[in-house]
Amino acid sequence: MGFDVIEKIERDHMRLDIPDFRVGDTVRVHTKIREGDKERIQVFEGVVLRKHRGRTNATFTVRKVSYGIGVERIFPLHSPQIDKIEVIRRGRVRRARLYYLRGRIGKAARIREKL
Amino acid sequence: MIRGLIGRKLGMTQVFAEDGTVVPVTVLEVGPCVVTQVKTEERDGYKAVQLGFGERKEKNVNKPLKGHMQKALQSSGRKSYFSVLREFRVEDTEPFEVGREIRVEDVFQIGERVDVTGRSKGRGFSGTIKRWGFSRGPMTHGCKNIREPGSTGCATFPGRVIKGKKMPGHYGDERVTVLNLKIVDVRPEDNVVLVKGAVPGARNGIVLIRKTNRVK
Repeated sequence: MGFDVIEKIERDHMRLDIPDFRVGDTVRVHTKIREGDKERIQVFEGVVLRKHRGRTNATFTVRKVSYGIGVERIFPLHSPQIDKIEVIRRGRVRRARLYYLRGRIGKAARIREKL
Repeated sequence: MIRGLIGRKLGMTQVFAEDGTVVPVTVLEVGPCVVTQVKTEERDGYKAVQLGFGERKEKNVNKPLKGHMQKALQSSGRKSYFSVLREFRVEDTEPFEVGREIRVEDVFQIGERVDVTGRSKGRGFSGTIKRWGFSRGPMTHGCKNIREPGSTGCATFPGRVIKGKKMPGHYGDERVTVLNLKIVDVRPEDNVVLVKGAVPGARNGIVLIRKTNRVK
């Protein structure tokens, strides 16, 4: 019985405004950042490397290459700090975890677009 | 007013705080509790309120307990007997009468600090690593003392093991209290309180939650 209550609590903390995106898609994540008492938006754009499913604990990992250095960021999917997520490009990939991209650079790290 | 209630541990989850940080919480079903007995200075020598919580089938309640709970059941309109009865000290027994129902929102508010008492999970006969946090020996190079307790003391002097030496033995299944947990949320519609952090015991275990008397 207790599980329904926990599920209800988790439902209340989940966001329903998240667009549908998949592993391999290129997304632009707008995050709210507090500096003192000012709030600004920071954008992180890259390829979705993995999605970790779940309710309030769901996350997704975005990878980008910044000045030649690979940067990965893990976002909690339902975090209120995420302002919005834009899907830039849908990718066609054949696996759920794109860890093979970490070993590749430049042309080899491309992902075919899904049409 | 009363400072605590009886509850049940439902499990753990995580929620988002207002600033976006993730907070690990334990979900506790708290109350509604019914006053089953009021203890007064004149009659009992101290002031307390006995509360009933949970449900128990009639065939599992013995006659003395049935008689004890009867009055509370009648005046509160409850159908089932209580599975747990616990006492809480109060400063003033005036507002309490037998059969009065006390709910979560009457006692606890968001942001308050509470102490939670439960019965920890039984771990049976455990070694020193699990029970006392001893370190393990080397796994390789021919070592045979991987999980052994090591030396238990000195030599001919004092010629005995000091009392209280940490050794293997029964671990868990004891009364444990965690102090000063923050109430993250109170949901009266489900009789539920979310408390930051872990609470002793398994799911469905009975817990007592009390307002803390620690200074912030």
